[in-house]
Amino acid sequence: MEKKIRKKRRAFVDADMCVACGCCVKVCPMKAIEIWKGIAAKVLEEKCVGCGKCAKECPASVIEIQEVER
Amino acid sequence: MKKRWYDYLWILSLTYLILGFFNILFAWLGLLCFFIPLLISAVKGTKGYCNRYCGRGQLFGLLGGRAGLSRKRDIPKWMKSKGFRYGFLIFFFVMFFQMLWNTYLVFAGVSDLKQTVTLLWTFKLPWQWAYHGTLFHLGTAQFAFGFYSVMLTSTILGLITMVLFKPRSWCVYCPMGTMTQMICKVRNGRK
Repeated sequence: MEKKIRKKRRAFVDADMCVACGCCVKVCPMKAIEIWKGIAAKVLEEKCVGCGKCAKECPASVIEIQEVER
Repeated sequence: MKKRWYDYLWILSLTYLILGFFNILFAWLGLLCFFIPLLISAVKGTKGYCNRYCGRGQLFGLLGGRAGLSRKRDIPKWMKSKGFRYGFLIFFFVMFFQMLWNTYLVFAGVSDLKQTVTLLWTFKLPWQWAYHGTLFHLGTAQFAFGFYSVMLTSTILGLITMVLFKPRSWCVYCPMGTMTQMICKVRNGRK
Protein backbone atom coordinates (compact mmCIF):
# COMPACT_ATOMS: atom_id res chain seq x y z
CA MET A 1 0.00 0.00 0.00
CA GLU A 2 1.24 3.42 -0.85
CA LYS A 3 2.15 5.53 2.10
CA LYS A 4 0.01 8.63 2.29
CA ILE A 5 1.89 11.74 3.21
CA ARG A 6 -0.35 14.42 4.61
CA LYS A 7 0.87 17.91 4.49
CA LYS A 8 0.97 19.88 7.70
CA ARG A 9 -1.19 22.96 7.91
CA ARG A 10 -0.80 25.98 10.06
CA ALA A 11 -2.10 29.50 10.58
CA PHE A 12 -0.41 32.56 9.15
CA VAL A 13 -1.15 36.07 10.37
CA ASP A 14 -0.90 39.17 8.20
CA ALA A 15 0.77 41.03 11.06
CA ASP A 16 0.67 44.39 9.31
CA MET A 17 -3.15 44.29 9.11
CA CYS A 18 -3.72 42.65 12.53
CA VAL A 19 -5.48 44.84 15.11
CA ALA A 20 -4.27 42.74 18.07
CA CYS A 21 -7.76 42.35 19.51
CA GLY A 22 -7.05 38.85 20.80
CA CYS A 23 -10.19 37.09 19.49
CA CYS A 24 -7.97 34.37 18.02
CA VAL A 25 -6.26 33.71 21.35
CA LYS A 26 -9.61 33.01 22.99
CA VAL A 27 -10.66 30.31 20.52
CA CYS A 28 -7.35 28.48 20.01
CA PRO A 29 -7.63 24.98 21.48
CA MET A 30 -3.83 24.53 21.44
CA LYS A 31 -2.80 27.85 23.02
CA ALA A 32 -0.78 28.27 19.86
CA ILE A 33 -1.43 31.95 19.20
CA GLU A 34 -0.61 34.98 21.31
CA ILE A 35 -0.68 38.75 21.06
CA TRP A 36 2.88 39.93 20.74
CA LYS A 37 3.52 43.17 22.65
CA GLY A 38 0.07 44.53 21.90
CA ILE A 39 1.01 44.91 18.24
CA ALA A 40 -0.08 41.76 16.41
CA ALA A 41 -1.00 38.11 16.81
CA LYS A 42 1.84 35.61 16.55
CA VAL A 43 1.49 31.90 15.81
CA LEU A 44 3.62 29.48 17.81
CA GLU A 45 4.65 27.17 14.97
CA GLU A 46 5.41 24.10 17.02
CA LYS A 47 1.99 24.16 18.70
CA CYS A 48 -0.29 25.14 15.80
CA VAL A 49 -2.16 22.27 14.17
CA GLY A 50 -3.86 24.40 11.52
CA CYS A 51 -7.43 23.77 12.66
CA GLY A 52 -8.57 27.17 11.41
CA LYS A 53 -10.63 28.29 14.38
CA CYS A 54 -8.65 31.52 14.69
CA ALA A 55 -9.06 32.28 11.00
CA LYS A 56 -12.81 31.86 11.30
CA GLU A 57 -13.00 34.05 14.39
CA CYS A 58 -10.69 36.87 13.29
CA PRO A 59 -12.91 39.97 12.82
CA ALA A 60 -10.45 41.46 10.35
CA SER A 61 -10.00 38.14 8.50
CA VAL A 62 -6.23 38.48 8.45
CA ILE A 63 -5.42 34.86 9.39
CA GLU A 64 -4.99 32.23 6.70
CA ILE A 65 -4.42 28.50 6.90
CA GLN A 66 -1.70 27.31 4.58
CA GLU A 67 0.05 24.03 3.93
CA VAL A 68 3.65 23.85 4.99
CA GLU A 69 6.48 21.46 4.23
CA ARG A 70 7.18 19.06 7.01
CA MET B 1 -12.31 26.13 28.27
CA LYS B 2 -12.41 27.22 31.89
CA LYS B 3 -14.18 30.52 32.47
CA ARG B 4 -12.38 33.19 34.41
CA TRP B 5 -13.86 36.10 36.32
CA TYR B 6 -13.04 38.48 33.49
CA ASP B 7 -15.09 36.44 31.03
CA TYR B 8 -18.19 37.89 32.66
CA LEU B 9 -17.36 41.58 32.23
CA TRP B 10 -19.95 41.75 29.44
CA ILE B 11 -22.53 41.86 32.26
CA LEU B 12 -21.02 45.15 33.45
CA SER B 13 -21.11 46.60 29.94
CA LEU B 14 -24.73 45.66 29.53
CA THR B 15 -25.61 47.03 32.98
CA TYR B 16 -23.88 50.28 32.09
CA LEU B 17 -26.04 50.74 28.98
CA ILE B 18 -29.20 49.97 30.93
CA LEU B 19 -28.36 52.31 33.82
CA GLY B 20 -28.13 55.19 31.35
CA PHE B 21 -31.84 54.80 30.75
CA PHE B 22 -32.56 55.37 34.45
CA ASN B 23 -30.04 57.89 35.64
CA ILE B 24 -27.78 59.60 33.15
CA LEU B 25 -25.14 60.35 35.79
CA PHE B 26 -24.05 56.70 35.67
CA ALA B 27 -22.55 57.62 32.29
CA TRP B 28 -19.49 58.86 34.19
CA LEU B 29 -18.57 55.24 34.94
CA GLY B 30 -17.86 54.82 31.24
CA LEU B 31 -14.63 56.73 31.72
CA LEU B 32 -13.25 53.46 33.08
CA CYS B 33 -13.46 52.06 29.52
CA PHE B 34 -11.23 54.93 28.45
CA PHE B 35 -8.63 55.06 31.18
CA ILE B 36 -8.09 51.37 31.94
CA PRO B 37 -7.09 50.41 28.36
CA LEU B 38 -4.84 53.46 28.07
CA LEU B 39 -3.20 52.73 31.41
CA ILE B 40 -2.61 49.06 30.57
CA SER B 41 -1.04 49.93 27.22
CA ALA B 42 1.07 52.75 28.63
CA VAL B 43 2.26 50.90 31.74
CA LYS B 44 2.41 47.28 30.62
CA GLY B 45 2.74 47.82 26.89
CA THR B 46 0.04 45.29 26.00
CA LYS B 47 -3.48 45.30 24.68
CA GLY B 48 -4.56 43.41 27.79
CA TYR B 49 -7.81 45.35 27.90
CA CYS B 50 -8.92 44.28 24.42
CA ASN B 51 -7.53 40.79 24.87
CA ARG B 52 -9.16 40.06 28.22
CA TYR B 53 -11.27 42.64 29.90
CA CYS B 54 -13.29 44.43 27.24
CA GLY B 55 -16.90 43.75 28.17
CA ARG B 56 -18.23 45.34 25.03
CA GLY B 57 -16.19 43.01 22.85
CA GLN B 58 -17.47 40.05 24.87
CA LEU B 59 -21.03 41.27 24.45
CA PHE B 60 -20.65 41.45 20.65
CA GLY B 61 -18.95 38.06 20.73
CA LEU B 62 -21.88 36.50 22.59
CA LEU B 63 -24.65 38.19 20.60
CA GLY B 64 -22.99 37.53 17.26
CA GLY B 65 -21.59 34.14 18.19
CA ARG B 66 -23.74 32.12 20.54
CA ALA B 67 -26.95 34.05 19.86
CA GLY B 68 -26.28 33.84 16.12
CA LEU B 69 -27.01 37.47 15.32
CA SER B 70 -24.15 37.79 12.87
CA ARG B 71 -23.79 36.89 9.19
CA LYS B 72 -20.11 36.10 9.90
CA ARG B 73 -18.92 37.54 6.62
CA ASP B 74 -15.57 39.17 5.98
CA ILE B 75 -15.36 42.85 6.79
CA PRO B 76 -14.81 45.00 3.66
CA LYS B 77 -11.18 45.75 2.86
CA TRP B 78 -11.51 49.51 3.26
CA MET B 79 -12.94 49.11 6.74
CA LYS B 80 -9.85 47.37 8.05
CA SER B 81 -7.43 49.65 6.22
CA LYS B 82 -5.14 51.85 8.29
CA GLY B 83 -6.61 54.93 6.63
CA PHE B 84 -10.10 54.16 7.84
CA ARG B 85 -8.99 53.02 11.32
CA TYR B 86 -6.88 56.09 12.00
CA GLY B 87 -9.38 58.35 10.24
CA PHE B 88 -12.16 57.05 12.46
CA LEU B 89 -9.95 57.59 15.51
CA ILE B 90 -9.40 61.23 14.52
CA PHE B 91 -13.10 61.74 13.77
CA PHE B 92 -13.94 60.22 17.15
CA PHE B 93 -11.47 62.55 18.86
CA VAL B 94 -12.88 65.62 17.14
CA MET B 95 -16.41 64.65 18.19
CA PHE B 96 -15.19 63.94 21.70
CA PHE B 97 -13.60 67.37 22.04
CA GLN B 98 -16.72 69.00 20.66
CA MET B 99 -18.62 67.22 23.44
CA LEU B 100 -16.10 68.47 26.00
CA TRP B 101 -16.50 71.99 24.60
CA ASN B 102 -20.29 71.80 25.03
CA THR B 103 -19.72 70.64 28.60
CA TYR B 104 -17.37 73.55 29.18
CA LEU B 105 -19.99 76.01 27.90
CA VAL B 106 -22.44 74.73 30.53
CA PHE B 107 -19.77 74.95 33.23
CA ALA B 108 -19.04 78.52 32.16
CA GLY B 109 -22.71 79.38 32.34
CA VAL B 110 -22.88 80.29 28.65
CA SER B 111 -25.22 77.45 27.62
CA ASP B 112 -28.11 75.74 29.32
CA LEU B 113 -28.13 72.05 30.13
CA LYS B 114 -29.45 70.06 27.18
CA GLN B 115 -31.18 66.90 28.35
CA THR B 116 -30.69 65.01 25.12
CA VAL B 117 -28.69 62.00 23.95
CA THR B 118 -27.25 62.48 20.46
CA LEU B 119 -27.11 59.32 18.38
CA LEU B 120 -24.62 58.96 15.53
CA TRP B 121 -23.60 62.60 16.09
CA THR B 122 -26.84 63.70 14.43
CA PHE B 123 -30.07 62.54 16.00
CA LYS B 124 -31.03 64.27 19.23
CA LEU B 125 -33.23 62.08 21.40
CA PRO B 126 -35.11 63.57 24.36
CA TRP B 127 -33.69 61.92 27.47
CA GLN B 128 -35.04 64.06 30.32
CA TRP B 129 -36.61 61.02 31.99
CA ALA B 130 -33.16 59.85 33.01
CA TYR B 131 -32.25 63.11 34.68
CA HIS B 132 -33.15 63.68 38.31
CA GLY B 133 -30.89 66.56 39.16
CA THR B 134 -27.27 66.56 40.25
CA LEU B 135 -25.54 67.37 43.54
CA PHE B 136 -22.77 69.01 41.59
CA HIS B 137 -22.57 71.63 38.88
CA LEU B 138 -24.97 71.32 35.93
CA GLY B 139 -21.90 70.80 33.78
CA THR B 140 -21.38 67.36 35.32
CA ALA B 141 -24.81 66.38 34.01
CA GLN B 142 -24.02 67.83 30.58
CA PHE B 143 -20.88 65.70 30.44
CA ALA B 144 -22.94 62.64 31.38
CA PHE B 145 -25.39 63.24 28.51
CA GLY B 146 -22.50 63.81 26.10
CA PHE B 147 -20.51 60.81 27.23
CA TYR B 148 -23.50 58.49 27.18
CA SER B 149 -24.14 59.67 23.61
CA VAL B 150 -20.62 58.57 22.68
CA MET B 151 -21.07 55.18 24.34
CA LEU B 152 -24.51 54.49 22.88
CA THR B 153 -23.48 55.63 19.41
CA SER B 154 -20.45 53.36 19.37
CA THR B 155 -22.53 50.46 20.66
CA ILE B 156 -25.02 50.94 17.83
CA LEU B 157 -22.25 51.10 15.22
CA GLY B 158 -20.76 47.97 16.78
CA LEU B 159 -24.10 46.16 16.64
CA ILE B 160 -24.62 47.07 12.99
CA THR B 161 -21.19 45.77 11.95
CA MET B 162 -21.70 42.75 14.20
CA VAL B 163 -24.82 41.80 12.24
CA LEU B 164 -23.30 42.55 8.82
CA PHE B 165 -19.83 41.09 9.32
CA LYS B 166 -18.14 39.07 12.06
CA PRO B 167 -19.33 39.36 15.68
CA ARG B 168 -16.44 41.46 16.91
CA SER B 169 -16.05 43.63 13.80
CA TRP B 170 -16.20 46.66 16.08
CA CYS B 171 -12.77 45.64 17.42
CA VAL B 172 -11.29 46.30 13.98
CA TYR B 173 -12.10 50.02 14.00
CA CYS B 174 -12.65 50.65 17.72
CA PRO B 175 -10.89 53.95 18.48
CA MET B 176 -9.66 52.66 21.84
CA GLY B 177 -8.23 49.57 20.18
CA THR B 178 -6.50 51.63 17.51
CA MET B 179 -5.14 54.01 20.12
CA THR B 180 -3.83 51.31 22.46
CA GLN B 181 -2.20 49.47 19.55
CA MET B 182 -0.57 52.75 18.55
CA ILE B 183 0.73 53.26 22.09
CA CYS B 184 2.10 49.70 22.14
CA LYS B 185 3.81 50.24 18.77
CA VAL B 186 5.49 53.41 19.96
CA ARG B 187 6.37 52.01 23.36
CA ASN B 188 7.64 48.60 22.23
CA GLY B 189 9.28 49.74 19.04
CA ARG B 190 7.75 49.19 15.65
CA LYS B 191 9.09 45.99 14.20
